[in-house]
Parts: sequence; structure tokens; C-alpha cells
Amino acid sequence: MDDVQALYSSDTEGTSRRRFFVGAIYGLWAAISAALGLPALVYLLFPPKARKAEEWVEAGDVTRLAANAPVEMTFRKNRVDGWKMISEKSTAWVVKDAANRVTAFGPQCTHLGCAYHWDDAKGEFLCPCHNSLFAVDGKVISGPAPRPLDRYDIKLEGSKLLIGRLNQGGEHKA
Amino acid sequence: MRRRWNGLNDWLDHRTGIRTAVRQFLYEEIPASSGWHQVFGSVAIFLFLVQAFTGALLAFNYAPTPGDAYNSLRYILTELTGGRLIRGLHHWGASMMIVVVVLHMVQVFLYGAYKKPREATWMAGVALLLVTLAYGLTGYLLPWDNRAYWGTVVTTQIAGQAPVVGPYLSRLLGGEGAVGVVTFARFYGLHVLLLPPATLLLIAIHVYLVRKHGVAPAPGDEALPKKQFYPVQAFQDTVAIFIAFVILFVLAAAARVPLEQLADPTDTAYIPRPEWYFLFLFQTLKLFNGPLEVVGSVVLPGAAVLALILVPFVDRSRMVRVTRRTTAIAIVGLAAIGWGGLTAAAVKSTPKEAGAVQVDYSAPTDWLHLSPEEMAGIGYFREENCMSCHEIGGRGTAIGPDLTQTAIHKDAAWMIAHFKRPSVMRPGSSMPPIQLSDAQLNALASFLLKLNEKNASALDNAPEFAVAGALVYQANRCGACHLVNGVGMRIGPPLNGLAKLQSRNWVIEHFRNPQQLSPGSIMPPYRLPQRDLENLTSYLFALPD
Repeated sequence: MDDVQALYSSDTEGTSRRRFFVGAIYGLWAAISAALGLPALVYLLFPPKARKAEEWVEAGDVTRLAANAPVEMTFRKNRVDGWKMISEKSTAWVVKDAANRVTAFGPQCTHLGCAYHWDDAKGEFLCPCHNSLFAVDGKVISGPAPRPLDRYDIKLEGSKLLIGRLNQGGEHKA
Repeated sequence: MRRRWNGLNDWLDHRTGIRTAVRQFLYEEIPASSGWHQVFGSVAIFLFLVQAFTGALLAFNYAPTPGDAYNSLRYILTELTGGRLIRGLHHWGASMMIVVVVLHMVQVFLYGAYKKPREATWMAGVALLLVTLAYGLTGYLLPWDNRAYWGTVVTTQIAGQAPVVGPYLSRLLGGEGAVGVVTFARFYGLHVLLLPPATLLLIAIHVYLVRKHGVAPAPGDEALPKKQFYPVQAFQDTVAIFIAFVILFVLAAAARVPLEQLADPTDTAYIPRPEWYFLFLFQTLKLFNGPLEVVGSVVLPGAAVLALILVPFVDRSRMVRVTRRTTAIAIVGLAAIGWGGLTAAAVKSTPKEAGAVQVDYSAPTDWLHLSPEEMAGIGYFREENCMSCHEIGGRGTAIGPDLTQTAIHKDAAWMIAHFKRPSVMRPGSSMPPIQLSDAQLNALASFLLKLNEKNASALDNAPEFAVAGALVYQANRCGACHLVNGVGMRIGPPLNGLAKLQSRNWVIEHFRNPQQLSPGSIMPPYRLPQRDLENLTSYLFALPD
């Protein structure tokens, strides 16, 4: 306690001691704030560790598909939602082209996420929200859509179509 | 630049008076005798802020309903980066808070700082102590594991014993009948909605009163000039806060707070124990039996709180030096001995989890999803000491090949042939033949086939009891009738989720005499050694639902 009293007795020594106290107060509080703040940021910003590898879901039979006539197939998919595993219904527009290659498009328009549908008469995908038009291969024909339709990763097991992850940008990943 | 800054400061000060406010706060006059012994109040407020901060962070990833609460906490612990640290800070922060609040109280008591005119300050402080304990009590339930559940069963029953108000109290806590969703909602509401503003209000009153009356002087202070709070006392407070924080951080980072099994209201074998700071109450309870029990559970603790509140009215003598306050020192000493003795007795009487193994569900638990055969494979893998020659995902000795890589190219038949006569399948191999039966080799191969870089950690984190349990399971061919993790037969009931349906004792008894417990069962009795029974049951109880 005596050294504390000394602070008030000597002026020149007092200022340097005072500077030490003030510096220590700032320094220690900065250290505490960093030790609390950084883990908090990491905790809130880092994505959760992935729990399960992508699984493949059976969507349907592709043998009955006619060439260039898209069919909407429905399937159930498991999705990790935080601490839960949800099973949800999902759909894909499946097309077989003339060369028997199968493509599965995600069910949402790439503009603002509306559900589009196949217009049989015109032979185009039409989004009713803002009139985006897509060709049978997913390319944008007209309207505000910024990119071609999104595609699912797909696998064929015999005639069974297995659907995997949905890829943005319309690039097909085999 | 500097002029700009000053200009901005002037503008702000003119509108808010911030400069005067900060000055009033920092340059508060304190007695000349103030110093290191008066840092505890600041540390307590700091810890409260840490609890509020970490509590809010936990709430961002927490679902406050039973069941989901457990799953979301497990998600915080195992899947979020830093989640374990945040939970550790909150858990240990609660304990530190109790310690610091009590130290603060002891200091004020020893120095007689509660004397006229500071009686109200002291009483607000006692209220803050009770609020701190209420946080501990209500927060205990929120993980919704077995520990939380059974601890709260006891708490609510004690509340129900209180004379006259007991039934109403237990109804208020939602603990009437049984601990369930209502209890959980009440405890959560208290913990995060009611107690924090109450604490803030009490802290405001407490600090206002401290400022109104000034920090209590010691005899002799009248003659000395007053000091200012800033910077010397502020420095001392900061150092104390920093030390407390370092201790808290190390505890949170190093001492793992276990999450037990999901709360199981049918688990009659579970022995609940309260948090360490309530152990003395728990032990007091044991001193009284029958109709006198209420004395230990309600009357004595109530009397103690009343005595605390009345301290400033009992001791009305003049302020004297702390070294001369022999009565106060004696009371603190006796209280410490009494508390320590009761706590030690409670710790001593805690059974060492006889045979019942606790699974740390907050640790990585990849092994939970392996089939019993694969788990048994881990057992043989450990027994045969394969790691002394083989590498697993870059760990171990690299004499033999890395097993996470080779498994991809070989099938079970190749492996079993290789185990029996290594050099036939791989000419030049220096591996010794493995002396196991065909069934055992099968298990080993099935585990190795499943092994990849991602699940290699299951080798380390599969606990001994589970591996031992799986070995018993395999040896007795339980899989010929039962299903575990999707593997086995459906002649008997599937065994996942068994822990939710039956108690431990029931299952152990059932092994000995199936027909007596489930009439009509075609299961043969199993006369297994006690150790095997315990391990097998623990393993089955640990399985995911």
C-alpha cells in the first residue's frame, strides 16, 4: 500500500507510474476482450462440421421417358438442418435428350426462385413469375433469369435415376 | 485531427454530459485504506457480464425444449468450432461467480463494512447471492441430460416440502407430479428472462448505494486524505479481473464439461448429485430423517438466509480494525470448516459409479454408428496390437501399410486369408499370422473394410466398455436374433433405444431370466460373468435411438 501512497508524494515519478497503471488497464482489458471476442466470432461465423457425406436418392425410372419431354419427378431427401435431420419432399425436372443423355434440373427458376413448369405446346420451360423462358437443355431463352437452370448431380443404376447434390450455375458435374 | 476530435467530444458532452459522467465514475473519492481487498465486487460484476455474453452465444444455437435442448447442446459441443469453449466459459463461469460473490461477502463481513448506514447495501448483496444461486439451480436443468433431469427432480421435491407454501412453490416451478416440459419451460424462463433483469436491477441498487454512502472506511481513514478510484484502484480491480478471467479461460479450455446421456425418467439406477456448491446442503439434508427432514431441507437454509440478512442489525458496534474483529473471524472460520466438512462428506459418500460407465456424449462418438461386429473388430485390432506396425490415417508406425488406404482394394476373403498366413497372400510380408478364430477374423476384417480416413478416429474414441460389450455381444451371437445399428436379425426386438424402454437393472436381470421378465420370450438365459453383463448393458444403453 505504501507504493500507492508514494504516487501522490512525488510528481515526476508519479506521472510515469500513472502512465504504467493506465497502460496496464488498457492492455489487460484489450486482452480480455480479444480472448472473448475472437472465439465468439469463430463460434458464430465458422460453418458447422459436416456430419454426413452426400447421399444419393432414388427419384424414378428413366426408361419410360420420351426424348426431350421433361417430367417432374418427386423424391424425399434428407437434409441436415442445424441439430436436426429433416426429410423433405423435393422435385426435379428430368429430361432425356435425343442421345439418351439424362439431365435433372432443380425445380426453381434461377431468377428469384419461383417454381417453373414445362410448357408442352411451346416446348419451353416457363416461369410464371417474371416470364423467364428456358430451353429444354436449361439455357435461358428470354426473360430476367441470369443463368441457366441449376442441375442435380445424377447417377444411373440400370434404369434407376439417383439424384445427388444440386449445383448452381447449370454446369453439369458427372 | 486533434481539434476535430475535441470538437466532436464537446458536441457529445454538450448533448449528453458524458464527460462529467465518466469523470464522476472514474474520479470517485475512496478512503485511503482502499486496496486489493476491495476488488471482489468488480470481479463479480465482470463475471456476470461474461455469463450474459456466453449465455447469449449459447442461446443462438440452443433449442429450449426437452430433447431438442440436449441435441442442440450436443451440436454446439461437437459440431461448432469454439462451441466447447463457450459452453465451458458459461459452465465454469457459474462456479467462479459463486466463489467470487462469497469472497466479496466474506471481505465485507470481516471488515464490518455492512454497518450503519450501509445495511441496505448489505441486504441488496444478500439478494444478489440468492439470485446467483437461483441461476445455478435453474441452469442445471437446461442441458436436459440425466444429470440435469435427476438433479432437478430432487430440487423440485425439496421445494415441495417447504411448510405451507410448498405445494404452491412446486406448482410454480412446474414440478408437480413429475419433472417435464412445463418444469423445463419454467426453469428456462427464469434463467434467461426473469433472473437477468432482476440481477441488473439489484446490481444497480447495490452499486447506487455503494456510491451514495461511499466505500466503507477503516478506522484511521478520517485522518488521511481521500484517494481517487482512477487509476490505482482501477488498476487493482483490472488485475483481479484479469486473474479471474485467466483461471476461467484455462478451466473452460482444459476441463471438459461432460454431457451425459439424454434425460431418462425411467433410469432408476441413476444417482443424482448436485453441483459442488450445493453439496453442503445435500449433506445437511442427510442429517435429518423422517418428519425432521424438512428441518434440513427448508428450515435450516431458510434460517441461514435470514441470519445473513439480519447481520447488520445484530452487530451494531462501532467500526474497528479488521484484525480486532475476532468474533467475525471466528464465525467465518467456523462457517468455512462446516461447509468444507459437509462438502467433503458428500464427496466421500458419492459412489464411484460402480460398474456403470458414463459415456461422454460431448466427445466425438463415431463409434456409436458401427455395427457390433465392427466394434468387436476394434477390440481384436487393439488386442492384436496392429497399431505397432500399421499406420492409420498417418498415425502409428509405418512398418506395414496404411490400413485406411489398403482396405479399399481388398475384400474380406483376401483379408482373412492374409491374416492366417500373411506371406502367402503378400509374398515377402513380415507380418506374423494372427491367432484368432474364423468368427473373430471376420469381425476384424469387417471393421477394416469399413475403415477410411474419416472414421479412423472411431478407433481411438470407442470407449473400453463399449468394445468389451460388443465382444460379449459377438461371442454370444446376439445378432442372430437382434438388430443393432441396422445389422442383425429381427427375431427379437431391435436393441437401439433400449435405454429409453427399460432400466439397467431390468436388462441385467432379463439376461439371467428372460421368461420371468417378459413372459413368452424365446430368448435363452445367459449366465455371463458380472463384468461382461455390465459392459454389454452399458454398450447397449449407449447405442443411439
